[in-house]
Amino acid sequence: MDVTLHDIHKTFGRVHANVGITLHVPAGTIQGILGENGAGKSTLMKILSGFIRADRGEIRLDGRPVVIHSPSDAIRHGVGMLHQDPLDFPPMRVLDNFILGRHGGLSLGRAAARRDFRQLAEQFGFALDPEAYVDALTVGERQQLEILRLLWLGARVLIFDEPTTGISAAQKEKLFAALRLLAEQGRTVLFVSHKLEDVEGLCHKIAVLRQGQLVGEVRPPYKTALLVEMMFGKNIVTGERAPAEPREVTLHLDSLSAEDNRLAVRNVSLSVRGGEVIGLAGMEGSGQGLFMRAICGLTRPTGGRIRVGGRDLTGRSYLSFKRHGVAFLPAARLEEGLVPGLNLTEHFVLAEEQRGFFVNWEAGRALARQRIGDFNIRGAPETTVESLSGGNQQRALLALLRLPLTLLLLEHPTRGLDIESTIYIWSKLRERCAQGTSILFISSDLEEILQYSDRVLVFFSGRVTPPLEAAALTSDRLGELIGGKGWPEKGRER
Amino acid sequence: MNRSPHTPSRKRIDWITPLFQLAALLLALLFTTLMLLAVGAPPLQAYLNILKGAFSNVNSVANMLVVWAPLLLTTVGVLITFSAGLWNIGVEGQVTLGAIFTTWVLRLLQESALPPWLIILLAMLAGMLGGAVWAALAGALKTFGGVNEIFGGLGLNFVATALTLWLIFGPWKRPGTGSMSGTLPFPETLWLPTLSGLRLSPWSLALALLALAAVYLLLRGTRFGLRLKAVGKNMRAAYLLGIPTWQHMMASFLLCGLLAGLAGALQVTAVYHRLIPSISSGYGFLGLLVAMLVNYQAIWAAPVALFFAALNIGSIQLPIVLRLDSSLAGVLQGLLVLFVLLVEGARQQIMKRLRPPDESVPVEERT
Repeated sequence: MDVTLHDIHKTFGRVHANVGITLHVPAGTIQGILGENGAGKSTLMKILSGFIRADRGEIRLDGRPVVIHSPSDAIRHGVGMLHQDPLDFPPMRVLDNFILGRHGGLSLGRAAARRDFRQLAEQFGFALDPEAYVDALTVGERQQLEILRLLWLGARVLIFDEPTTGISAAQKEKLFAALRLLAEQGRTVLFVSHKLEDVEGLCHKIAVLRQGQLVGEVRPPYKTALLVEMMFGKNIVTGERAPAEPREVTLHLDSLSAEDNRLAVRNVSLSVRGGEVIGLAGMEGSGQGLFMRAICGLTRPTGGRIRVGGRDLTGRSYLSFKRHGVAFLPAARLEEGLVPGLNLTEHFVLAEEQRGFFVNWEAGRALARQRIGDFNIRGAPETTVESLSGGNQQRALLALLRLPLTLLLLEHPTRGLDIESTIYIWSKLRERCAQGTSILFISSDLEEILQYSDRVLVFFSGRVTPPLEAAALTSDRLGELIGGKGWPEKGRER
Repeated sequence: MNRSPHTPSRKRIDWITPLFQLAALLLALLFTTLMLLAVGAPPLQAYLNILKGAFSNVNSVANMLVVWAPLLLTTVGVLITFSAGLWNIGVEGQVTLGAIFTTWVLRLLQESALPPWLIILLAMLAGMLGGAVWAALAGALKTFGGVNEIFGGLGLNFVATALTLWLIFGPWKRPGTGSMSGTLPFPETLWLPTLSGLRLSPWSLALALLALAAVYLLLRGTRFGLRLKAVGKNMRAAYLLGIPTWQHMMASFLLCGLLAGLAGALQVTAVYHRLIPSISSGYGFLGLLVAMLVNYQAIWAAPVALFFAALNIGSIQLPIVLRLDSSLAGVLQGLLVLFVLLVEGARQQIMKRLRPPDESVPVEERT
C-alpha cells in the first residue's frame, strides 16, 4: 500500500514534535525512519498508527485521504504497528494472542486460526509453537508472533519501532529476511531506528528526522558520515580503544554459582584487574543479569567465593559491597536506579557520604550544580528525575557514583540512548577506568560489547564462556556464541 | 533539544493547585448539603450550629483544642510512616496501647511516695513506649513476616480494643462490677494540670506543637527524613543508593508509634483520667484522613487538624438542637478527603495534558 503523510504537525504543550512533515512511501518499500531520541519519529509513527491524532496534516493511503481515530481503526485501514516491547499477553498461549484483536462472532474459530497461523509462520520461516505460552518466548519470537498477527488482521503497512533492540543476531537476520519478503509481497514497511548499521543494511530509502523536522531523504549507496551529520547536525567520532594497563586484581571470583527459579549459572572463575572492562554478552535472560547481581550481593550465590580488592565478601549484602567500593547501576533506571518524585539535588545529597544530622541544602544544590555541569545533564538542581530524558537519567546515575570505586557493574548502560549520549557515557566510564575502576557491563548490542570490552564473557542459557579477548573476537563469532552455536560439547556436567 | 522539563507550566501550577483544593471543599459541602436536604434538615442551620458549637465561647474553643492536640500528634505521626511509603492503619491501636501503658504505670505508682509530676512523666513515657511497641509489632510483621502493614495494623487494632475491654472488665475493673464508663478515675494529683475552669491542658498543646515542629524539621531538613522519602518513593533505588531500607521503615514505625502513644497518654492524663473503652476516640483514623488531606505536607497539618477538631466539637450540639446525629462531622470529614483525592486525580490528568507527555520520556525507555 502506498502511504503519504502530508504536512503533519503535532505539538505537545510547547514542544513541536512534528513540524510539517511530508513523506511519500510507495508500496513495496522498506522505508527507514532515522533520528535520535526526541527527533519526532515515534510521534509520527503513532500518528500513522492511530495512537495519537495530528494537529494538522493529512494521511493518504493509496492516494485516498483517511482519518485514523484509533489503533483498531488503523488496522481496518491496513496499518499495523509493532512496538518495541511487544504488546502481547504473556500468560496466554501464542494462538490466543494471535486470535485476540480479531473482530467477529462469539466463536473463536480456533481450528481455522491455527491453520492460518501455521501457514503464515511457514511462509516466513518462523518456528513458533501455537500452543506455547508467550512468557516462555524470547523478544524476537514475540515480535514474530506480532508480525503474523498483524498480517492475519490484514495489515498492508507495517511499522516497526526499534525492532532490533534486545534480539539476537540470528533473530535479527530472520527479521530482516521477513521484512524483505513483506516488501516483495507489495507491503509497505516503516522501520524506525537509531541504529545506522540496521537501516543502512535494510532500507530502500531513509528519511532522517531532527528536532521534529524532516531533514531529508537518502537513497543507497548510503554514506554513514552523511547520515550521522543529518541526524545530529554535526560529526561524531567514536573514541579509540586503548589497552588497559595491567594493575592489581580488583575482583576475583572462585567458581561462583548462582541460580534463580529459571536458570543456574555454575562455577564461574574470573580475575579482573583495575581499569579492565569486561563485557557480558548474551540474549537477555541468559544468566548474565543473575551473575552480575550475585557479584554484588543482590542475589546470594549458591556456591564459590567473591573477593573484592583482596577481601572476601561472599554472602554479604549489597550495602556491604557498596562500602567496599562496588556499585551496581540497573537497566531499569527509573524503577531501580533513581527515585521518581525526588529532584537531582535530593539525589546527590542521598548519595553522598553521611555527614551530620541536618542536610545542608545550600551545599547540596552547589554539589548538584557542579555535577550537572560535569556530566552535562540537561536539567536543573530542582528537576525531578522522572522528567529527565533517558540519556540524562543515565548521566545522572553516573554522576551519583562516589569516588573512588573499585568495581562498577552496569546493566545495559546505553540502552535506548542516542549515539551522542552513548559516546558521552562511555567517555565518562573510561575516565573511571583510568582511575583504576574495573567495569563489568551487560549489553545486547554486539558493537558495544566489541568496541568497549577488554575481555568478553558470553552467556547462553546459564552457560558461560571462559573470558575471551575482545581484540581476537569477531562479531560473527560473538553472534554465534550468543545464539548458542559453536559452544564446546560438554557432557552432562550439571 | 534543550528543553528543561516542567519549567513551562510551573508558575501556572503554583496557583492552580489551591484552586482545585478549594473546589474539593465546595464539593464536599455541596454533597453534605444535599444529604441534609435529603433527610429533611435545614443545611444552613446545621452549619451555623457547628460553627457556634466550636467557636461560641472560650469553653468550646478550649474543647476544640483538647481534640486538636492528640489529633495533631497522630497526624504528624502518620506523616512519618507515609513518608516511608507505609500505610500505618495501626495508628489507632498504637494510641490505645499508649493509653493502656500510661494507665498501667499510673496504677502501679499511684500509691507510691514518688512526687506526682514524676509519676505523670513516667506514665507518659510508658505511653510512648506502648505506642512504639505496638508499631514495632506492625513493623516487624511487615519487614520480617511479609505481612502488609495495612492488614497487620488492622489486626493489631482489634487486639488493642479487645485488650482495653478485657482490662476494664477484668483485672482493672472498678470495685464491684466492671462498667463501660471505664476504670476508676485517678486522683486529681495525677491529672495533667489544666487551665483554670477549662478542660484544656497547656501541656498537651505544647507537646503537640513541639511534635509538629520536630516532624516538620525531620522530614524537611534532615538526612533521615530525605532517606525516608527515598525509601517511600522507590525502595529498590533507595537500597541501591546505599540506604538500609528495612531499618528506615522500622524507624518510621517506631517514631509514629511514639507520637501515637503520646496521644494515648494525653487522653488518659489530660482528658479522661482513666481508661475507657474507646480511649483513642478515633484520632488515629482521623489523623490518617488529615494526613491525606494535607497531601503529606507537615506544614498544613496544624490548620487542617484544627478544622477537623472544630467539626468534631461543633457537631456535638447537633443532636440536641436539630435532632441530627453528631456523626455529620464524620460525614463531612470523609467526603472532604474523598473529594480532595478525586480532585487531585483530576488535577494530575489535566496537568498531564498541558505538559508535553510524549517524547520527554523516550519511547525506548520502556523495558
